[in-house]
Amino acid sequence: MRKLSVSAYKEVLLLLRDWGGLAILFFMPSVLIITITLIQESTFKAVGESTLPILLVDEDQGEIGRLVADNLAEAPNVQLITEANGQRLSQADASKLVSDGKYQIAIVIPEGISEELNGKVAHNVERILGEFELTAPDSAAQRQRSEQWEAKEIIIYFDPAAGQAFRNATKNNIEKMLSKVEVEKIYHVFIDQMELENDPGLLDGEIITFKETIAQKGGDGIIPNAVQHNVPAWILFGIFFIVVPLGINLVKEKNLGTYIRLQTSPVSYSVVLGGKIVTYTVICFIQFALMLLIAKYVFPLIGLIAFEPGDQLPLMILIAFVAGLAAIGLGILIGTVAETQEQSAPFGAIFVIILAALGGVWVPTFIMPEVMQKVSAFSPMNWGISAFYDVILRNGTAADIAWPLLFLLLFFAATLLAAILYHKRHQAN
Amino acid sequence: MEETIRIHQLSKHYRGSDRYALKDLSLSINRNEVFGLLGPNGAGKTTLISILCGMIAPTSGEWWLNGLSHRKNRRKIQQQIGIVPQEYALYPTLSAEENLYYFGSLYGLSSLDLRQRIREGLHRVGLADFAHKPIKTFSGGMQRRVNLLAGILHRPNVLFLDEPTVGVDVQSKEVIMALLHELNAQGTTIIYSSHHLNEAQHFCTRIAIIDDGRIVVEGKPQQLIASVAGATSLENVFIHLTGSQLRDYA
Repeated sequence: MRKLSVSAYKEVLLLLRDWGGLAILFFMPSVLIITITLIQESTFKAVGESTLPILLVDEDQGEIGRLVADNLAEAPNVQLITEANGQRLSQADASKLVSDGKYQIAIVIPEGISEELNGKVAHNVERILGEFELTAPDSAAQRQRSEQWEAKEIIIYFDPAAGQAFRNATKNNIEKMLSKVEVEKIYHVFIDQMELENDPGLLDGEIITFKETIAQKGGDGIIPNAVQHNVPAWILFGIFFIVVPLGINLVKEKNLGTYIRLQTSPVSYSVVLGGKIVTYTVICFIQFALMLLIAKYVFPLIGLIAFEPGDQLPLMILIAFVAGLAAIGLGILIGTVAETQEQSAPFGAIFVIILAALGGVWVPTFIMPEVMQKVSAFSPMNWGISAFYDVILRNGTAADIAWPLLFLLLFFAATLLAAILYHKRHQAN
Repeated sequence: MEETIRIHQLSKHYRGSDRYALKDLSLSINRNEVFGLLGPNGAGKTTLISILCGMIAPTSGEWWLNGLSHRKNRRKIQQQIGIVPQEYALYPTLSAEENLYYFGSLYGLSSLDLRQRIREGLHRVGLADFAHKPIKTFSGGMQRRVNLLAGILHRPNVLFLDEPTVGVDVQSKEVIMALLHELNAQGTTIIYSSHHLNEAQHFCTRIAIIDDGRIVVEGKPQQLIASVAGATSLENVFIHLTGSQLRDYA
């Protein structure tokens, strides 16, 4: 026991005198969690809250162009731009401004779209009313005219640098707006054809609405937001980055010659590793506490929503502890197998990034391709994130996270055993 | 003479190598001897010391330390030995005292006893004033002296020295050699490996010259010198027995 505590104390001293190592362990994860959450928050704002300038080229100069312009002008968070340098925008101008990256989006209403839409809608309404014998039946000539209508396309230019998520969100909003324009047009044609009195109130409001409800166990769970999603994921990422300094620590020890002393002392390799496990477990806790405190108290100061662990803090600590052990096991294995820092540091860092990607830190696993979802099931980071989400977002209990925790513990045991066996085999050879 | 180390037909073949590092080597080292292991590069000296210290396992053969077989008594044997490797086997960012405290603790010494030994040891090698300075600020000679102290704090029965004075100034070398003589006088058996043949000639009570994994010759330095016609030093004997051919192995 004394050998273990002395080994742990030695590790603490080594760490306290290694400013680079301390930076990786504490400063970098803190910077990471703030930076990533700020960036993701601003991305959400870019789509949802902040003002988005949209170029509109109205080559139609008709009713549709006017309706689109009116709808865009009324839309919140949209700044409608139809002119450049006092001149009406042309399609070429808009295309160039977007491709130059000066604007992210431009909409081009093609010439004749109003006439085409009016004709098509009027024809369809006439046909429907004809079925009810409210108007003259559709003539062969009208049918022929209908088939000759050329389909017009509204063109949307996107900045090549705009991400897919941004493009999809923007496209959906524009499509929704165009559908509304179409519905309004059909309504007005019906009114005209049937010679009814126009009631503008009929188009106000939505007939079907939806209510977003979070399916949680119990009724008093935390309402998920970007911070609730991001914080556990990046806490886990930070904890797993312990692999890098731990791997370097072991390789350094081997290369310094101190390894010779350890090998020739009456102490087992398990005790040497035990000292590292104890120290780095404490470091994991400090990292976890630091990131949690930042998320709770620093986030509100920089305009982010505060992270609320609620009543689930004890379970979160348990997950952080077990995830920390898994990360330590991996770090020990990499440090034992690697012969140089040039091997251990890049390998450890890249491997953690791969595990994070597979684990769902950046992209949720449920939207991954099927093959990657299967691979993801073997990532310890996935087990950790699943456990965190079960607890924080689904209001889960200890029983709900038993499996992921067991997998993480088995991962720790397997990597540690592999490191000890590799060490013994290395000695035998 | 009481036997401290007995080695019987010890062989070591490293995986992937086309030659034996040690081949059927048998040797006996007596208590209180200063036994020199000499040989050209790749002769098998480091492999032999590594096996005797428990760092690597032999391919075949047996050896005993104070009657304890290496097969079942690794920890007990390691408790009785000390090693001073050629590398500075110290943590550069820890102080001399912290390094010595850590390595001494691994031998089960009590904190009080250990601190007393560290104080005395640092005073003995002239480093009492530098106890709290980090090792990385020490000169080569100072690091060598701490390196030696780390190997002897637990007062081992057998001390393995691998080039203990390489790269040190004359004054440090004098302190190191004096301390080694003192330890030997107190009953420590010393196994010394070096390329400093002149130092070995004066320091060792018995010498074995190893080449190609085998013992070529073994005896007291003066006997070995006398056995080769025209030889006036151990270096003459060494060249006579191992030749002038370069020994480069990869």
